[in-house]
Amino acid sequence: MSLRHHPLGLVAALTIVLVCAPSHAIDSETLDDPVLQTRYVAISKELRCLVCQNQSIQDSNADLAKDLRRQVRGMLLAGRSDTEIYAYMTERYGDYVRYRPPWRINTLLLQLFPFIVGLLGVTLLWGTLKKHRSRQSVSTPDEAERDLSLPEDQP
Amino acid sequence: MRYAVPLLVFLAMSVFLALGLGQDPEYVPSPFIGKAVPPFTLESLDDPLQTVSTSDFKGKAFVINVWGSWCPACYDEHPYLLEYAQQGELPIVGLNWKDTREDARNWLARLGDPYVVNAYDPVGDAGINLGVYGAPESFLVSAEGVVLHKHVGPLTPAIWQAEFLSRVSAL
Repeated sequence: MSLRHHPLGLVAALTIVLVCAPSHAIDSETLDDPVLQTRYVAISKELRCLVCQNQSIQDSNADLAKDLRRQVRGMLLAGRSDTEIYAYMTERYGDYVRYRPPWRINTLLLQLFPFIVGLLGVTLLWGTLKKHRSRQSVSTPDEAERDLSLPEDQP
Repeated sequence: MRYAVPLLVFLAMSVFLALGLGQDPEYVPSPFIGKAVPPFTLESLDDPLQTVSTSDFKGKAFVINVWGSWCPACYDEHPYLLEYAQQGELPIVGLNWKDTREDARNWLARLGDPYVVNAYDPVGDAGINLGVYGAPESFLVSAEGVVLHKHVGPLTPAIWQAEFLSRVSAL
């Protein structure tokens, strides 16, 4: 009796197929070394895909993103450092390729903008609160007086 | 005075946003301008036994045109390239990007060949090394091998005249 015709044989065969399938799947986008794999994913998330409008090359399925991921993998396997990989990409595509652009004169406004807006907000809030409080402390007696006097004015 | 600060903030933001509207969000300027063209040596599209290298073109300004038979905008650009090739002012070197040899050759046989030579880059690594992110892209390279200009998208007569020919004649 062949393996195929035996009920247990079928189960065994299926089990073997299921167990072996993942290791046979060819995933050219995964690096065998777990450390490199972690770095690969981290770097890919930091690099902007230039044709996909605000997707990282990790998130995008565009051809260019695949090509750039291949470049990153190649450089990681060649033992290049993260800094070298970012430098390679920036040399070719400019600061735009990075989600975290470096501090430069022309990126200063971009980098400082959240803090400027935050500071502006706090200043405005502080000013408004101060004005509000001072108006309250001055006007309350008047208002109270007026409130009290109102019923008396009524005939 | 009470309205001066919000008004100024509004005006400043308007200026920034208006400037932003005028920009093409898909345009990424090339960091190579003013620098040496990144060298490549690739198989010739016509003959796998021959190589095409950036160093082959020293001594005369030339254009590297990145194209593929899969690229609709390259199709739009193609008739103009044939015109410029006929004028003969600047040699056009093709970088056949992420294409198959067969498709690329058929394309040129059918539509005409404006290129002095074509470098064959099926995987696309040489393109990436040039900072290419789409096709067509055209680089103007000086006789000394320095990138003078890059145009993203199809070349038109106006762009050819204003951005390529005028830059070379200014040298």
